[in-house]
Amino acid sequence: MSSLVSLRDVRFSYGNRDVLHGVTLNVPRGKLVAIMGGSGCGKTTLMRLIGGQLRPRAGQLTVCGAEVPSLDREGLYDLRRRMSMLFQFGALFTDLSVFDNVAFPMREHTNMPEPIIRDLVLMKLHAVGLRGAENLLPSELSGGMARRVALARAIALDPELMMYDEPFAGLDPISLGVIGQLIRKLNDALGASSIVVTHDVQESLQIVDYVYFLSDGKVVAEGTPDEIRTSEDPWVHQFVWGEADGPVPFRYPAVPYEEALLGVQRA
Amino acid sequence: MNRTTIDLWVGIFVTLGALALVFLALKVGNLSGGQIRSPYSLTANFDNIGGLKARAPVKSAGVVVGRIQEIHLDKQHYQAVVTIQMDGRYTFPKDTFATINTSGLLGEQYIGLEPGGDPDDLKPGDVIKKTQSAVVLEKLISQFMFSKAAEGPATK
Amino acid sequence: MFRLVGARTINTQWRLGVMARFFGLLLWHSGSSFRRLRLTLREIYFSGVLSLTIILISGLFVGMVLGLQGYETLQRYGSEEVLGTLVALSLVRELGPVLAGLLFASRAGSAVTAEIGLMKATEQLAAMDMMAVDPVARVVAPRFWGGVISMPILALLFSAMGVFGGYLVGVVMIGIDSGSFWSQMQASVDFRNDIVNGVIKSVVFGVAVSLVAVFEGFDTDGTAEGVSRATTRTVVTSSLAILGLDFILTSFMFRG
Ligand SMILES: Nc1ncnc2c1ncn2[C@@H]1O[C@H](COP(=O)(O)OP(=O)(O)OP(=O)(O)O)[C@@H](O)[C@H]1O
Ligand SMILES: [Mg+2]
Repeated sequence: MSSLVSLRDVRFSYGNRDVLHGVTLNVPRGKLVAIMGGSGCGKTTLMRLIGGQLRPRAGQLTVCGAEVPSLDREGLYDLRRRMSMLFQFGALFTDLSVFDNVAFPMREHTNMPEPIIRDLVLMKLHAVGLRGAENLLPSELSGGMARRVALARAIALDPELMMYDEPFAGLDPISLGVIGQLIRKLNDALGASSIVVTHDVQESLQIVDYVYFLSDGKVVAEGTPDEIRTSEDPWVHQFVWGEADGPVPFRYPAVPYEEALLGVQRA
Repeated sequence: MNRTTIDLWVGIFVTLGALALVFLALKVGNLSGGQIRSPYSLTANFDNIGGLKARAPVKSAGVVVGRIQEIHLDKQHYQAVVTIQMDGRYTFPKDTFATINTSGLLGEQYIGLEPGGDPDDLKPGDVIKKTQSAVVLEKLISQFMFSKAAEGPATK
Repeated sequence: MFRLVGARTINTQWRLGVMARFFGLLLWHSGSSFRRLRLTLREIYFSGVLSLTIILISGLFVGMVLGLQGYETLQRYGSEEVLGTLVALSLVRELGPVLAGLLFASRAGSAVTAEIGLMKATEQLAAMDMMAVDPVARVVAPRFWGGVISMPILALLFSAMGVFGGYLVGVVMIGIDSGSFWSQMQASVDFRNDIVNGVIKSVVFGVAVSLVAVFEGFDTDGTAEGVSRATTRTVVTSSLAILGLDFILTSFMFRG
């Protein structure tokens, strides 16, 4: 039982729009795994599948040894207490202050007395560099600050599995470095496993243990950061170096451009 | 707005609601005056009670002396049997006269009691013998019309 | 055209079914809103206390208008002294619960829908769900119960304010005898038949409005447009529900 999360040939579609056709990947215990891929290729969807918010159409999906799609609500909630997810857009509770947001999971799931909660919250906020912002409301935060508060909330209960959906988006280079290191340290200190979805290739290659590249609903490349950097695969090369032309489709599937333009005249 | 102020406001809010209920019950409704002390019941039979309803007041000289408890139809005589709850402080002679009156033209109907001269009083459970039925407006009007119609040709 | 009507009917039936299931789920998860009374108190504050001003002012004016109009009509028959009865009965039986319900739907119901809808649109509900905290228990149930508790209190305040407004116009302004105003009222307003039935009505309206409000909020598709459509639907649906239920309840309660 070395993998905490394992997906075998997982397929998923929204209605009749196929998003994932056969994804296979593993997240070993104690490791930090990155998932990269173009915008709209299904990374957020993948995380929601792991969290049990969506059910795959086919394939096997186990987390902590439990078959996620077959869990009932109780089982799912038990599992979710051991994992935590940083949402792409933060998803802070807008009616609660920064402090209460971070304290939320502690108050909901533990009976810790208020002074201990207070210390823990300040500790988490300190870790993301926002201890001074405890009394602000989410509407008074910048996008990057909100992301960091959401990060503090996600790590509030020291979960076994952390999922970060684009933790680096909207951060300046300094906080980006700090947050990157924080994610790495948390993973090691807690002995947890983490999945990071990111577009920030250079930063993530420095902190992660393994990388999966997702395209068109499939894993197209994988490897350790060193393998990725030296990869000859045109796909990986294009993505790592950010080139416009290559095998990665930049556009949402559509009828050919000329056809769409000419079609209007023909009609 | 911190938590304790919210609690305070909710407290005020609920108190206001309770006060409104008390106001409606005592000042607007009849919960205060409706309680009759040491009641005793009487019955009265009417040929027609018109729009009289249970809980309507029973008055004598304009003072409320009881309330109507229950109304049903006597199957043998096809008369309305009205059970009255009388206030224990008031007693009435045996030959008291019960009429069904209306307060104002559109007001509600009530039973009026006019005491007679009998030395004996009505005892709990007694029946008021002398009654006068409700004045039914339609009947009155049609009677009036018929009598007019009847005397019409004679005077001409 | 017929097909459109048919599709609409089926859609409505279907939504009603979904709403009934949602109601069951909501009741099932309501335990926490009483175990953690704080959450519900907060919602009573937002839907009840913050609606106080509009309810009190509207109640006063409705009562005053009833006083004026009632007097106009009654004096033609020479029965001015039953003005108190007229004002009190129409408020306690009908106007209090119904108008307070309509105001409550547009003031508090729409706010609840918008709030829950926005929480859904910004993934707050999904995030809560991922933290193994049930959004129905944590967000929906307290708002529902807050509304159910606030509604009868608001209706009572509306009626009381209205009676006071009628008193102001009838007795203070027009000069009907204060004694006969109150005694006529007391003689014909029955506590159980009129006041308690009015309270029952307002509780039913509270359940209807709150259920529609939380359901529409929870059911939005998570876009700005969807939230605004849901808010409108809350006001329309719950107003219609109030009027329809009022007819049904009235025909049961005051048939005698
Ligand atoms: N609720 C939904 N209903 C239908 N289609 C959806 C839904 N959510 C996402 N999709 C589609 O699924 C695909 C994958 O979406 P997803 O959010 O997983 O992308 P992503 O990889 O996270 O992209 P990004 O990097 O931009 O966040 C997209 O093409 C999107 O159009
Ligand atoms: Mg995404």
